[in-house]
Amino acid sequence: MSVLLSAVEFLHNEPVRVALIVGGGAALVCAVVGVATVMQRQSFAGHALADVSSAGGSAAYLLGLNPLLGFLGLAAAAAGVMEWSEIREARERDLLTGVVLGAGLGLAALLLYFASTVHSASGAAVAVLFGSMFTIPAAVVPLALAVALTALTVSALVHRPLLVSALSVDLARAQGIRVRAVSLAHALALALAVSLAAMTVGAILSTALLIGPAAAALRVARRPAAAVALAAAIGLGATWGGIYLAYESFYWTPGRGWPVSFFIVALVFAAYLTAGALAVRWPRRAVGLPSGCEAH
Amino acid sequence: MSRSPALSVEGACVALGARLVLRDVTFALEPGEFCALIGSNGSGKTTLLRAILGFVPLAAGEIRLEGAAGAPDPIGYVPQKLALDPALPLRARDVVALGLDGARLGISWPSKARNAEVDRMLRAVGAEGFAEQRIGLLSGGQQQRVLVAHALVRRPRLLLLDEPLANLDVRSTAEIVALLRRLSREYGAAVLLSAHDMNPLLSAMDRIVYLANGAAVAGRPEEVVRTEVLSSLYGYHVDVVRVHGRVVVVAAEAGEQIHEAVARDPVHTASVP
Repeated sequence: MSVLLSAVEFLHNEPVRVALIVGGGAALVCAVVGVATVMQRQSFAGHALADVSSAGGSAAYLLGLNPLLGFLGLAAAAAGVMEWSEIREARERDLLTGVVLGAGLGLAALLLYFASTVHSASGAAVAVLFGSMFTIPAAVVPLALAVALTALTVSALVHRPLLVSALSVDLARAQGIRVRAVSLAHALALALAVSLAAMTVGAILSTALLIGPAAAALRVARRPAAAVALAAAIGLGATWGGIYLAYESFYWTPGRGWPVSFFIVALVFAAYLTAGALAVRWPRRAVGLPSGCEAH
Repeated sequence: MSRSPALSVEGACVALGARLVLRDVTFALEPGEFCALIGSNGSGKTTLLRAILGFVPLAAGEIRLEGAAGAPDPIGYVPQKLALDPALPLRARDVVALGLDGARLGISWPSKARNAEVDRMLRAVGAEGFAEQRIGLLSGGQQQRVLVAHALVRRPRLLLLDEPLANLDVRSTAEIVALLRRLSREYGAAVLLSAHDMNPLLSAMDRIVYLANGAAVAGRPEEVVRTEVLSSLYGYHVDVVRVHGRVVVVAAEAGEQIHEAVARDPVHTASVP
């Protein structure tokens, strides 16, 4: 009975409802875009975008703007620069990504310092870097939903050409796919997903939401559609489960709730470990080992 | 023969920087013909295939595909050495399906006609036994079959394969060659296949394009694989020697120093057709 009462209370809480909507949207978008990102081997680039976006989030705090606009602005700019530079070689790409990432975090450090001294907003750093699910203003919801919808649409549009590119860029070109345009579209979707994740679980932890569910799903799913569906389920489950646990944690240590981001990331990590265990237990089912393996 | 060629290459030259990688390459392929593109590493094989695909521009000459007025005819293509990630969640049948409609935007909805077409293609290349398995976990020969199915599923008039026999064992090599030759007849597609070793191909090929230092001779194997012809192509004397039922192309003692790198190694081994 008390569980039911607490659940009703949970859903009637305004910050909780905003967190469920925005967090759920972020998790869904991250799962879909994350699967494509992992398949393109761009996980590190995804993390770098999030770190760079933290400078935008910090600036938004300093100027009192909509935080999503801040995250979004810098994530999109960084994605644009990384696509523009057109570096094919993985090593060089990693170097550039690492340098850009560092510069972004450095700028964030400066802006967060100003935010804490000028506005004495000492919570800004934690909010930007580790998320602030329960302090997301309700006014953000329409923009967040628009961003989520755009990211999902773009991701669905380039889904097939992106799969061919993941097989081989030359194969894609031979099939008449405009590889640059497809890659740019994916980078846009990635920037949108990252900015949503940065606002909800924080710039530093956003990688967990972007890459974690996708990586877990790819361990067991055999088909792209199954991977996306499973990643979405894991992302949504972890996010909503995390919000619920964080809400409950107010009763565990009275007056002091645990951070939502911790629970979300912990649940995603648990899903990743579980997927790994399942993949080991059912190797054939999970990845379809060549039948020739047993025959010879 | 009144049919127009599936591919005609006339006086094609390709320059990479200041270096002329292909010089005045001329040949034509009829639909259904099986042609080997032979040459040692660095002779320009991959560049020629990429020029046909339109990836690199021609400095001079012309490459025409059948029905090329307006929309470019689809070319089936199997790239060189694909390192397919075992983590890619793509089954063999997904790869073939992507050959059919991978360039389209939007997500694909289940379609019986599409599945039937994919199944037909999987059977045609003998891949039905591993259709449900991840592409990255298949053996080299199995992957080649799936990639051939991917390339052929839209029924192109021309199929290009870049070193498809590299890293295959003897049995897989023979199987893939027989498969490609059969498919070229069944589908009426001209097949142009590059290899550094013509040995497994000589009995199957209708035509050979032999590249050395960016220049080419083309024709029927018995016209091309001859001491005078290849010596003239290389610009120094090479011998086409028959040993134990194989043809070995051997460079004579290095004469002209410009060809030193090539002349030091035996150029090719090849079996008699």
